[in-house]
Amino acid sequence: MHDLIAITPLGGTTAQTDSFPGLEISEQPNWALASVSARHGVAKTVHKTAPNLIGIDLPEVGKVNSGLEMTAFWIGPDQWMVMAAHDAHEDLAHMLRTGFGSSASVTEQTDGWARFDVEGENTVAMFERLCPLDAKAMISNSVSRSAIEHLGCLVICSSAGYKFSVLCPRSSAASLHHALCTAAKGLS
Amino acid sequence: MKQINRLAGGQVDQTKTLNFHFDGAAYRGHPGDTLASALLANGVRLMGRSFKYHRPRGVLSAGSEEPNALVELRGGNRQEPNTRATTVELFDGLTAQSQNRWPSLTFDAMEINDKFSNFLTAGFYYKTFMWPAAFWEKVYEPIIRKAAGLGSLSQQDDPDCYDKGFLHCDLLIIGAGPAGLAAALTAGNAGAQVIVADEDFAFGGRLNAETITVGDQSGADWAAQTAAELATMPNVRLMSRTTVIGAFDHGIYGAVERVSDHVAVPDTGKPRQILWRIYTQRTLLCTGALDRPIAFENNDRPGIMLASAMRSYANRWAVTPDQQVAVFTNHDDGHRTATDMLAKGVNVAAVIDTRENAPRIADCELIAGAQVIDAQGRLGLKGIRLRTQDGRERVIRCGALGVSGGWNPNVHMTCHQRGRPVWNERLAAFCPGADLPRGMLVAGAAQGDFSTAAALAKGAAAAAAALSDIGIIASVPSQPETEDGDVNITPFWYVKSGSGRAWLDQQNDVTVKDIKLAHQENFRSVEHLKRYTTLGMATDQGKTSNMGGLAVMAELTGKSIPETGTTIFRPPYTPVAIGTFAGRSTGADFRPTRLTPSHKWAAEQGAAFVEVGMWLRAQWFPQAGETHWRQSVDREVLATRKSVGVCDVTTLGKIDVQGSDAATFLNKIYCNGFAKLAVGKTRYGLMLREDGIAMDDGTTARLGEDHFVMTTTTANAVGVYRHMEFARQCLWPDLDVQLISTTEAWAQYAVAGPNSRNLLRKIIDPAFDISNEAFPFMACSEITVCGGLRARLFRISFSGELAFEIAVPTRYGDALMRRLMVAGEEFDVVPYGTEALGVMRIEKGHAAGNELNGTTSAQNLGMGRMVSKKKDSIGSTLSEREGLNQPDMLMFVGFKPVDSNAKVTAGAHLMAKDAVANAANDQGYITSAAYSPCLGSSIGIGFLKNGGDRKGEIIRAVSPLTGTDIQIEVVSAHFIDPEGERLRA
Repeated sequence: MHDLIAITPLGGTTAQTDSFPGLEISEQPNWALASVSARHGVAKTVHKTAPNLIGIDLPEVGKVNSGLEMTAFWIGPDQWMVMAAHDAHEDLAHMLRTGFGSSASVTEQTDGWARFDVEGENTVAMFERLCPLDAKAMISNSVSRSAIEHLGCLVICSSAGYKFSVLCPRSSAASLHHALCTAAKGLS
Repeated sequence: MKQINRLAGGQVDQTKTLNFHFDGAAYRGHPGDTLASALLANGVRLMGRSFKYHRPRGVLSAGSEEPNALVELRGGNRQEPNTRATTVELFDGLTAQSQNRWPSLTFDAMEINDKFSNFLTAGFYYKTFMWPAAFWEKVYEPIIRKAAGLGSLSQQDDPDCYDKGFLHCDLLIIGAGPAGLAAALTAGNAGAQVIVADEDFAFGGRLNAETITVGDQSGADWAAQTAAELATMPNVRLMSRTTVIGAFDHGIYGAVERVSDHVAVPDTGKPRQILWRIYTQRTLLCTGALDRPIAFENNDRPGIMLASAMRSYANRWAVTPDQQVAVFTNHDDGHRTATDMLAKGVNVAAVIDTRENAPRIADCELIAGAQVIDAQGRLGLKGIRLRTQDGRERVIRCGALGVSGGWNPNVHMTCHQRGRPVWNERLAAFCPGADLPRGMLVAGAAQGDFSTAAALAKGAAAAAAALSDIGIIASVPSQPETEDGDVNITPFWYVKSGSGRAWLDQQNDVTVKDIKLAHQENFRSVEHLKRYTTLGMATDQGKTSNMGGLAVMAELTGKSIPETGTTIFRPPYTPVAIGTFAGRSTGADFRPTRLTPSHKWAAEQGAAFVEVGMWLRAQWFPQAGETHWRQSVDREVLATRKSVGVCDVTTLGKIDVQGSDAATFLNKIYCNGFAKLAVGKTRYGLMLREDGIAMDDGTTARLGEDHFVMTTTTANAVGVYRHMEFARQCLWPDLDVQLISTTEAWAQYAVAGPNSRNLLRKIIDPAFDISNEAFPFMACSEITVCGGLRARLFRISFSGELAFEIAVPTRYGDALMRRLMVAGEEFDVVPYGTEALGVMRIEKGHAAGNELNGTTSAQNLGMGRMVSKKKDSIGSTLSEREGLNQPDMLMFVGFKPVDSNAKVTAGAHLMAKDAVANAANDQGYITSAAYSPCLGSSIGIGFLKNGGDRKGEIIRAVSPLTGTDIQIEVVSAHFIDPEGERLRA
């Protein structure tokens, strides 16, 4: 077991949470991520393999599927991101690579992204101050890309109008966090 | 101070009093007042001075079309110039100053301009300020700059913050007058997502200004009740104080919401204004109509205003501009002002109507077939002179005159995408044309339906039509009973008598005489008329003047008004503060910052940081006692080359390339061969643009048969990724290859120097042999470190020393850097920054961004032989063109100063020793330069014509910008370890 201590995207040893009226923004560092891209002509194989491997089907365009331990969301044509608890599944990419074999290209994406969860009755109002995403219209278990303060992000809606996860490139975590908090503060 | 012109009633709360200051004098008003209405209530008619002639001016309108009553609102660093007093909501403690006058509003020394008006007519600056030529810069320009403009800036930073916002809806309704409100009810009840925006703080439009009843209520009550009903609908968003500023492409509208301008100071953290971007399926423009004036001599005296504004002040704000007023008009609706003023107990001296057969509507004297030919009272209207039908003149005493030449449908936004309005003879006005922005409909007075009944009915119908278009069925209810009057108008634009000036554009001081001058000088097209006279070019975009100006030109040219045409209205509808456009993107937040995995640690060390694109990178790590950056950088270079140094190189792009055709794909992207790269090996790759020019370089590691990791330069990471995705999706979609960026996912450090292997051995787990035999130069492997953490190791060197790059998942990057520093203590390990990184790669002669500058080819870089002829790759064909293969072409070489104390400057151009330094003798240029602590002098690298054959030659480096002119020797670019022995140790 290695002895190197991880830090969160915001640079702390523990995750940061910020509270505002009707809105809570929490840093979520304890998630492992891996991208899965079906190779040419074998998308069917990838779809068939998934349920046994990760316990869920790979979702349709713009959708999120959640199982007991794994969540998968669509990020492109024949491309998905798989997410699981970091400490239990730090070797997620390795597990998926082994499981999908030559049917899919798998990369570790865990630290490519910083995840912030936003929850509360003012989440939609906050998104209205940030990006062109129609957060009001997003249904539960859907995902979309959007540019938030010049950052290419993935936004997952886990509970319509109430709970979302925002993934941004990890190196810009502080900038995104600042943007989220500033927008939250500016709401009347 | 008593509000001498306050009336009873209105929609102001006369039970509460607000205190405010204008030009230092204290006044009182009420909630619901605007600054303009409160000033009028206090008997203040003089509110500004005009742009060119500094003529005393009063308020002309009661809305955002106001040209005259422009004030500097608030003070200190929140001072805002050119604010229309007609739209400022009065609050307690408000302060405002008039503009464009010195020393005061009542005595303005610059009014002397008015005496010289003959020399300051339209286009005067095309005929003056030319002689003597020397005077322009020193005399004329400073004077003009001082005199130009209206308001002044505080010159201090804007302390307020502004938000950007994004909204989506099925139907955007612009304007909440009768048409807009009826439309909103229809659409809201149909369940559509509706946004209703109005620039006013109260919904209702003209209903708040008129005495019209709707059903059994006053129009104002109906509007308030309707707004309240709409507010209960969750699918309707009401936005008051929100001006839709423009109709932009793709059905996107811009809107500015004034969140905090009606309070003294915004709450902490709350924006002053929000710039909303509204994505809408359909839009209904219900912007109503604007009253237009009639021009006559001295028609700009304070107290002369639009007739509709006069009754707005009386009905909505319980204010009369004077106790004795008159009305001048050419249509029936103008008489309504007289009726309403009389009802409020104001003396109406007469209604002067240009039409001989004008009907008698108001209960006061009617002077039909007459024209007002002059106005008296420089600082405030005292009386008017008119000429009656029989040619006689009469003087009528009055302190205010309401003028109306008819209503102009407010078509502004229908023109934002180059649509032109069409002339309506019956209304004597322009109405929306056929070419509307996509998805826009128009209803109400904006469409030319001036009656309230028509506005309600057409507003509702248009909403239903708009929704039907997008598959939402709306039922159109019957509307309450209300007035349905006809339009009776005889066009009349200006009074043709008097030698004096009749004012058309009051903000830019453009007169009827100016139009005549433009015509005389042959600037007759409406576009030339506008630019030559500046008619319609002020902050009000000619809302109350364009029509008059083009009507005069039409008459002069003998064309009809529709033949003369209109110019194009452009966004923004009303002025927008630059801060509002900026939103939160100001100062440090202008763009995101990317932090490296070792940033926190580097900051603890007191590193100096440099911006590299959006990244912050440690530039050098000063130690105690070091006062100049050269001390730090020289030390870092020497220490690394002597023992070992560590540098964070996470910022270089990392692209994961996988798939059964990954090697084939890379073979087409890179000009050199990659198909046969062995697993466990890394190779330098050069990629060309289609035209054979070098685009980017890096190293690509083959971690598996169908798995590569490519690095790019920091600056081009995004560009190269885009390029590769384009190639993958569009050029060769049949190749089985998948890409994804992993720049962020891995912390990567260069560990360089003779002791780099020794240091790494202390952290790499013992199962992995990194001896020179097991892990030679350019090897790569997945490994583990520190007891099992997954990592990647690459034996590559930018510095020219024995070196490696080690990567771990980013969350462990901070810990790894700290571990390397501790483990490296015994080797005197130093952290090094981008400066030392740059010095070392220049010493080694490695090309980087400065050399791959978009004009250099592989041949220029000395890599001509890398471009494989055995396979096709992007750029390989055109790299063989004649232009890129000239015998004396630029070649990559190094330069050493002859005088070892001289400084080699990047950007310097190369001349022969005795040549005159000019473009004709230019032989190349220096791309990168640095002080080399290893060589003890400044060195440079760059491109010299036929440089490969000229080593040893003495030439000159010349840079007129920096005053450089030194002798240099042409040498190999590889100053350090040219045989590469250290690399392969």
